[in-house]
Amino acid sequence: MIEKLIEYFQYPFVVYAFIVGTLIALSSSLLGVTLVLKRYSFIGDGLSHVAFGAMAIASVLKIANQTAVILPITVVCAVFLLRSGNNAKIKGDAAIAMISVGALAFGYLIINKFSTSANLSGDVCSTLFGSMSILTLTMSEVMVCVVLSVIVVALFLFMYNKIFAVTFDEDFAKATGVKADTYNFIIAVMIAVIIVLSMNLVGSLLISALVIFPALSAMSILKNFRSVTIFSAVSSVVCAISGMLISLLAGTPVGSTIVAVDVFVFAVAYFIGKATGGKA
Amino acid sequence: MSFISAQNLSLGYDRTVVVENLNFVVEKGNYLCIVGENGSGKTTLMRTMLGLQSPIDGQILFGDGLKKNEIGYLPQQTVVQRDFPASVYEIVLSGCQSHMGLRPFYTEKEKALARKNMERMDIADLKNRCYRELSGGQQQRVLLARALCATTKVLLLDEPVSGLDPKVTYEMYELIKELNDSDVTIIMVSHDITAAVKYASHILHVGKTLYFGTKDEYISSNVGKFFMNMEGGEPA
Repeated sequence: MIEKLIEYFQYPFVVYAFIVGTLIALSSSLLGVTLVLKRYSFIGDGLSHVAFGAMAIASVLKIANQTAVILPITVVCAVFLLRSGNNAKIKGDAAIAMISVGALAFGYLIINKFSTSANLSGDVCSTLFGSMSILTLTMSEVMVCVVLSVIVVALFLFMYNKIFAVTFDEDFAKATGVKADTYNFIIAVMIAVIIVLSMNLVGSLLISALVIFPALSAMSILKNFRSVTIFSAVSSVVCAISGMLISLLAGTPVGSTIVAVDVFVFAVAYFIGKATGGKA
Repeated sequence: MSFISAQNLSLGYDRTVVVENLNFVVEKGNYLCIVGENGSGKTTLMRTMLGLQSPIDGQILFGDGLKKNEIGYLPQQTVVQRDFPASVYEIVLSGCQSHMGLRPFYTEKEKALARKNMERMDIADLKNRCYRELSGGQQQRVLLARALCATTKVLLLDEPVSGLDPKVTYEMYELIKELNDSDVTIIMVSHDITAAVKYASHILHVGKTLYFGTKDEYISSNVGKFFMNMEGGEPA
């Protein structure tokens, strides 16, 4: 088994996949707590469908660097969705449902109608579930992933205390002169970047899992923000690496294997939390 | 000039006016109680003073060295906080954000301020406890300590005793009084008229009839008499 792994790691694309996978898992876990607590978890879900629609457009237009198309569209939608949370006309969750299923439908429509690919359903499936796309990354895609996730992690570290203040009590933060709207905006942009990155790893339908599960696992056993953040980052990275190893050895799809490991860790954490009375 | 003065204020949301022609002043060291029936616009007034929403008409002026964001705030419990994984220390420290600007990390001075305020609120021993596991009274003390990290000039308290048992309610009022005695200006929204009359220096009554004056003036006024009779039998 070890020899088999060593043999796999001779290939540069396997090494790339592990580097990118680890970085994506790390950055996607960081904002999980904020998303869960601000009741934003479904925004992640909505945005991933938007990213799917954008990707469909990019692939039909045969744009080489798809991220350049997907990222701006997703960022715009993220900002719009976070704003609509405060809008009374269209309720936040209805807006998300509209955008997400709309984008999904248009995405598939466009791919189906205009794609020249011979293996249409294979393409759609791999966009939705990530399948092997992590192993087929080009050097430039790897670089984009590395740069973006390093930016997300650095930004998170520098904004850690502000994110805490804005997440815990936005009104208090605003009233005492913290620029809460600005930070919410930055959080929205970071979420969008994370979604676009994660699409490479687990595909657009499974992204939310990557964002939510590590945070939920951490929250069920730990009781302060710092340890919850650290635990969810570590567990996300460990799950991603073990998921990728399992999928290499067992030949299972990468994305769903990682998510399955995340679910397993959550179940264990949940029962430990119950057993130790961590959370009522 | 006074700390806060409201001039011909009209308040509301979505163009529905809730309160009109509101005038009052808050001087340094005052203890103002804002009383009134539910839905009379107390919370709206509070949010307007905090700059969370803008008045429909009129204005709120800040003076006497008080800046707009130097008002500490004790909010009512939100849904988010009920299952937030945060330690007492993390929450108290976050009050220091107000004077940090873009600086990302806390300095020793700010950490010392957080510790000092935890001692002042008698919660130093709860430092590493999880906020959501504390009792209602303890949670209020945590939020008070956080507000004191943001400012020691003015504290705005939104129904600070709602949901607390009588003993803890009494302790909370005494704590607020101690703060007021040490030169913190207090503005409290409450429907506990008995306590308002006991502790406050000034009363602002919002509702169908508006009234602003010192506590003694209020007690002898018609609106005061009526309201106290109505609420008097009902412990808050």
